[in-house]
Amino acid sequence: MSVLVPKRIVIGIGNPERGDDAVGRSVLAQLRGSLPASIALAEENGEAAALLARLAGTEAAYLIDAAVSGAPPGTIHRLDVAASALPPAIAGFSTHGFGLAEAIELARALGRLPPRCVVYAIEAASFAPRAPLSPAVAAALPEVAARLRAEFGDLTGEE
Amino acid sequence: MTTKTIKVNYLARVEGEGGLRVVVRNGVVTKAELSIFEPPRFFEAFLRGRAFSEAPDITARICGICPVAYQMSAVHAMEDALGVRVTGALRALRRLLYCGEWIESHALHIYLLHAPDFLGYAGAIDMAREHRALVETGLGLKQAGNAILTLLGGREVHPINVRVGGFYRTPSRRELAPLAERLERAREAALATVRWAADLDFPERRHDYHFVALRHAAEYPFNEGRIVSSRGFDLSPAEFEDSFEEDHVERSTALHAHLKADGSSYLVGPLARYSLNFDRLSPLAQAAAREAGLGATCANPFQSIVVRAVEVLYACDEALRIIAAYEEPDHPSIPLTPRAGIGHAATEAPRGLLYHRYRLTEDGAIAEARIVPPTSQNQASIEADLKNFVGGWLDLPEEELRHRCEQTVRNYDPCISCSTHFLHLELDRG
Repeated sequence: MSVLVPKRIVIGIGNPERGDDAVGRSVLAQLRGSLPASIALAEENGEAAALLARLAGTEAAYLIDAAVSGAPPGTIHRLDVAASALPPAIAGFSTHGFGLAEAIELARALGRLPPRCVVYAIEAASFAPRAPLSPAVAAALPEVAARLRAEFGDLTGEE
Repeated sequence: MTTKTIKVNYLARVEGEGGLRVVVRNGVVTKAELSIFEPPRFFEAFLRGRAFSEAPDITARICGICPVAYQMSAVHAMEDALGVRVTGALRALRRLLYCGEWIESHALHIYLLHAPDFLGYAGAIDMAREHRALVETGLGLKQAGNAILTLLGGREVHPINVRVGGFYRTPSRRELAPLAERLERAREAALATVRWAADLDFPERRHDYHFVALRHAAEYPFNEGRIVSSRGFDLSPAEFEDSFEEDHVERSTALHAHLKADGSSYLVGPLARYSLNFDRLSPLAQAAAREAGLGATCANPFQSIVVRAVEVLYACDEALRIIAAYEEPDHPSIPLTPRAGIGHAATEAPRGLLYHRYRLTEDGAIAEARIVPPTSQNQASIEADLKNFVGGWLDLPEEELRHRCEQTVRNYDPCISCSTHFLHLELDRG
């Protein structure tokens, strides 16, 4: 095993200064200290090249980001992106959204997608500058953290 | 009378939201319009009343691809208003930061946005399946640029370490050492990129552009220089608004810029910069450009991919030169005293000249702000290219013709805008 590349990683994505966009990093804060030390926790802004670099060489990656799909705020979407692309099929390739969805599909095309790769997308209510998490999103944090711990529980024995 | 309309409602692989429409009557192109429907964002209005010191962080938010350009134009305009100049190591670090942005931005455009046009793919993801090594090279280059922004700017997007007067924190020589190793590899990759791009198949299309770019006494331009043009302009940034102006056009939420004197279009960006500053490139970059078959000027917009590659090579070379010569400054910034005044600056964003003007009140609050981004200046040229080139392609099958039109727009790497980050998601659970 490489010293530098963790086999398992949780990546919290988003801007901590922009309301619910901080949800990925907030979940990491909940997970700290409650997962085996071999599981890496990383924070990212969502820039695709940096995300791709994080995924390289890992065997299981969990990515947590805010989402806007029209569901009620705080809704937790679990998306197995190792099995299929993030919906909808990515239309075009605009750097306006050169982020998570593109990073995953590029990783897949390049053969770099980890065998287990899951996105937890938490429905956001607001991206207001310097705002705290909205109540519904804050209320979802413990459940997201618990589900992630359970995901790693399922992986026990695979080390 | 036969009428043919080529319509692309939503342009892919450009930064922001726009479309295009070309109308042909009896074999003649009568209309070529780039429509930008991204809502206007009123940055200039909400800068009013903010402190001069906030401008770099606020304007950085205008673009996720070229935030450094906005920061650099903002800090230089503010320093102009406050009557100070940043010199020495702090000035060099600003050039280094700009190198990082050019590498990031150009690598993204060359490999992920523009290359699919030349290799015949709908997008980078399709292309990556069959050209893994190529895409890996592009991503590696982009990450070298990211590394500069992360070290000097605090993070790879929307850096937070730039301030009027300098930086909040400056790096030690030791911190720069690993960056140099990485940039040496990036320089090799950039050289390979120039060679690869030189062999692409370019439509033979040229236009007699009026090139406009900065020109400095000794350097390939980033932050400083006179505004010069291929038709004899030689202006200080303070004189920009005497010669150039912007208008509203109905089809677009972005302003269109043109010459004040006769309303004609002009071109900013890599082709203009290169054609007006070839002699300021490093010897390595000049040699690579020559080897790639470029002359000292380039007026074929389809070859902008080669010119961008030459600029990436230059940026790697220049970054390494700056790191080798770097001596840690005593202070990360120079002292500033607020005062009333007007400040102007123009710097070279990856996509071209970016002009800022601010009027400050006595306590250093922003009373007025004016920002002229490169894509607004190039819109008229983009439309002129469509009008000039499409006529020669009318015999092509519909799909191919449409693709040629899109490629003509993508030659410019138009940066329509970029601001908030979150995942757009549509769930269909059937």
